[in-house]
Formats: sequence, C-alpha cells, structure tokens
Amino acid sequence: MLAKRVKRSAPMDLDHRGRAWYIDKAVTFLVFVGGISAIIFIIGIFVFITKEGAGFIVGPLNVREFFASLTWRPTSSQNPSYGVLGLIAGTASVTGLAMVVSVPFSLGAAIFIGEFATGRLRESLKVLVELLAAIPSVVWGFIGLSIMNPLIIDMFDVPVGIGVLNSGIILGLMAAPIMTTIAEDALKAVPDTYREAAEAMGATKWQVIFRVVLPAGKNGLVAAVLLGVGRGFGETMAVLMASGNAIQIPTSPFDSVRAITATIAAELGDAPVGSDHYRALFTLGILLFVVTFIINLTADLVVKGARRA
Amino acid sequence: MTYSEGDGGVSGQSLMFAATPLNMRNHRLQWLFRALFGLMTLILVVPVGIIFGVLLVRGGPAISFEFLFSYPSDGMTAGGIWPALVGTMWLVAVSLIASVPVGVAAAIYLSEYAPDNWLTRGINLAIINLAGVPSIVHALFGVGAFVIFAGFGTSILAASLTLAVMTLPLVIVATRESLQAVPMAFREACWNMGATRWQTIRTVVLPNAISGILTGVILSVSRTAGETAPIMFTGAAFFFPFLPSSVFDQTMAMAMHLFVISTAVPGAPDELKYGTALTLITLVLLMNAASIWFRSYLRGKKKW
Repeated sequence: MLAKRVKRSAPMDLDHRGRAWYIDKAVTFLVFVGGISAIIFIIGIFVFITKEGAGFIVGPLNVREFFASLTWRPTSSQNPSYGVLGLIAGTASVTGLAMVVSVPFSLGAAIFIGEFATGRLRESLKVLVELLAAIPSVVWGFIGLSIMNPLIIDMFDVPVGIGVLNSGIILGLMAAPIMTTIAEDALKAVPDTYREAAEAMGATKWQVIFRVVLPAGKNGLVAAVLLGVGRGFGETMAVLMASGNAIQIPTSPFDSVRAITATIAAELGDAPVGSDHYRALFTLGILLFVVTFIINLTADLVVKGARRA
Repeated sequence: MTYSEGDGGVSGQSLMFAATPLNMRNHRLQWLFRALFGLMTLILVVPVGIIFGVLLVRGGPAISFEFLFSYPSDGMTAGGIWPALVGTMWLVAVSLIASVPVGVAAAIYLSEYAPDNWLTRGINLAIINLAGVPSIVHALFGVGAFVIFAGFGTSILAASLTLAVMTLPLVIVATRESLQAVPMAFREACWNMGATRWQTIRTVVLPNAISGILTGVILSVSRTAGETAPIMFTGAAFFFPFLPSSVFDQTMAMAMHLFVISTAVPGAPDELKYGTALTLITLVLLMNAASIWFRSYLRGKKKW
C-alpha cells in the first residue's frame, strides 16, 4: 500500500508540491491576512469616523470657534454653536486630578511590588492589581454615583457630590492598576546585573533603587504615566456617570464638568444620523482618536528610546 | 572601643561586622522607604476592598434565584436581570467567534512567520494603538462601519463585532506570548521530520500553547462582558422584554442595564442597582481569577 502511494505521487512530486504544500501556502496567506488585521482595523476606525465626521469639518466647522468657544449648543435650531473649550477643560481637569492622585501611588506601589516585596506577598499583590484593572468602567461609574457621591457630600458639606473631585478620584483608581503594572514591568526590565553591581559596591536596597534602578528604568516609568493619561483621557462611562455633565471651566473641585468622551456618549443617541450635530460628535471622535494615537505613539517611542540606550 | 573606617578590623576582630553609624542610618532609611512604599500600595488597594465590601453588603441581599432568572418589571424598578444576563452571553459568544480566529491568526503570523521589517513594526504599532483607542471611539466606529455601512442596524451582530475589534489586541498579545513561549527546538525537531510550517504549527506549536491562548480568551471574555460604551449605540437596548432570537435582534446587556437603572430610571430601588453591580463585578472578577489561576497552574506544570 505504501509502495502504491509513493508510485502515484512520484511523478508529480518533483518539488514536493503535495496536498500539504498547498495547504501550507493557503494557511500562510490566511495567517498573513489575520496578521495585518490590526492595521486594517486601525485604518478602518480612522476612515469610518472621518467619513461620518467629514461633513462637519468641511461644512459648519469654524476652527477658531471650535477650540475657543465655551458654547456647546449643537441642538439649537436658530443658532447652533460648537465650542469644545468647555469639554476640553472638563477632560483636562478630571484627567489632571486623576493623575495627581494616582501617579505617586502607582509608581510607589510599582517600586514596592517590584523591588521590596518578595515571594508570596509579591505574587498576591500582583494578582490583586490585575483584578483591580479588570473592574468594568460602568461599575466604577456606579461607585462614583452611589458610594462616593454621599461620601463627598458628608465630608465636605457640599450640596452635590458628583463633579471634578469625584470623577478624578474614580479615574485615578481606574488608571492606577494599569500604571502600576506597566511601571513594574519597566522596573523588571532593568537588568539584575545593574542591581548586583551596585549591591557589590555596598549600596543598600533603597540606594540601589534610587541611584540605579529608577534612573535606568525612567523611560518605562514615563511611558507608564503616559499610558495612564491616555486611559484617563479616553475613559467614558465612569466620567459620564460621576462628573455631573455641566459644560463649564471648573473653578473648584466640586464643580460639575463634562468631558469630551461623555459628550459623545450622552448625545449620540439623540442626534439624527447625518445631521450637523451627529457629524460634530464624530469630529469629537476624530479629536479623541488623534490625541490618543499621539499619546500611544509617544509612549512607544519613549520605551524604544530606552531600549536603544 | 568603636570600630572606625580604615581600621580594617585588625584591632578588633569581634567588632569587624558591627554596624557603623552609617550602617544604622542606611538601615533606618531602608526601613522607612520600605514602609512608605508599602503604605502607598496599601492605600491603592484598601479603598477598593472597602468598595467591594459595600457592594457585597448592600447588593448581596438582593441576589436570589428569582433576581437572576426573572424579567425586569414595573418599568425596571422591580424584578430581575435575566434578559440582560442572556444578552451579555450572546454578545460575548458572537464577539468571540469573530475575534478569536482573527486574533489567533494574527498571533501565529507575528510569532511564526513575520520577518523583522517595517510591516511587522507597523502591525505591532497598530496593536498598541488599537488597545489604546478610547472605547467611545470604538463605538463611533461600530456605528459608522457595522450599523450604517454594513447595514446590520442596531443588532447583536453590530455590537459584537464592535466588541471584537476592541478585544482583538488582547487576544493577539496573549496568544503571541504563549506561542513564543514554545521552545524553538520543538519546531526544529518537527521541521527536520519533513513537516511543513503549518503542519508544525498545527501539531506541535498550537497544542503546546493552547492553554496560554485559553487564558487570553478568558480575559477577553471578561473585558467584553464589562464594556458599555461600545454597545450603547450599536445593539444594546434600554429595555427589551424578550430574549434575543437571532444575531439581528437588539438585546439587553448587564453593563448597559447597570448604566440605565442607575442613571435613567428615577424610581429604581438601591437594592436593584447594587444587586446588578455586584452580579456584574462578580462575573468579571470570577473570570479573571479563573484565568490567573489557570496561568499559575500551567506555570507549575510546564515541563520545559
């Protein structure tokens, strides 16, 4: 039987082009298509949001008004106005507060987990941080709305507890696990030989950390903070639920603000497809896409720069 | 007699290793920093523990067999969450069907085929950016591409595909890591037997990496189940009093349901909200815990 098979395939099989060869070629092609899918989708995202938003950019968009006006009144029939300054102020204030809250703690936690903690403690802390990162944003929003809100009202004796402070803290808690994980990875990437060399010179652990590990891993830490900013910038549900949604430049931490992401989430459902309002919301989407793209690209370059050095 | 620097320990053998003031100071500082960073870690972790405790205390009593398996009633101010649970399962299942084959193919390409050239760098960059795109932008993409352009309307299909695009980087990265963990010698042995590339991947690489891939898939399930923004405008309904019967139906979903009853239903009792939040977070955390446990179990079992 074996002889029969060899006999039959021999004349055709001069360059090993059997069934397996063709399957292999087909799979190579399919896998390549899968491989470039990420590129296809990222371009697709840009193309489709631009396609829906283009009508606004070439039409009613007034760049100066767009970035300098506080008046976001897209539904007015007489005099619609599309100023996103208030929305940018909202996003910036909430993200800024979130970073002030979370950057020191997440970097501190990364140093503790990566350099001080050992064995079981280290493993369980890592698992805990990973679980924190998994909590859905709508649950965070709910926490802001129903746990933080009464807490802030009680503590500071203010009439409303949702606003910059509330969403800033919530966003900080959300971004912290991600920053901790990435920062810890950055510290882990510092070669052990550096630590050993410093320890051999008689340095104590904290001297090793401050003089050797942190300077060597600083690019990774910067990237971690950048990605945290990106996360805060793009977060939607938590900000929508915990920031109060009044468009203004906040003057106190208790003021209510409206973020760019929250605006899209709150208004897209009511905007008729193809209307100026609808297109303006897609333009906000383009703005978000471009800014997060730049943040991610910068973070990537910062890490690459570290690797080359 | 005190030990001083430069003594070399000649005059006092027994004090050679005793602590100098400098040693003492370093020791104290060391302890201080350890405590400081430990405290920071604690401050990060404790509030979340408290929050979870509050959810458990207030939501726990609401959860019952009836709560999980009955329909919402009285304008969503009473009743259960059954259609939302089923809807979330639909969304997760359909988006997995879309994202796993593409994600695994992409990971196989990156791990087994991709040369180190500009295209591969571009793919890696695209993956990073895809993971960083805000969820609401994914929602806009879903509306533009699947709801309007592809003509799926607001349906499970459109929502699931939007979710699939969003979780794709997760699947790719997890799969690529587990494929790369398979030692090169395994592949070389197989090639030397005359196997083609695909035969090697199918019979040697994938079986050795399958558990790592599963870990990534479980993670992406948990992410899919918790997302709200991408499904708000692509397929999740405020209230849909039936179970979906095909992928072209709209559906309720757990995450969306929590958003709706906590912001848009004025009379919804706290118990209902906390119950829904607790169910959702339990679902997500259980899946993550399973994935973490699975991973550490595998690490212990690995033979190479």
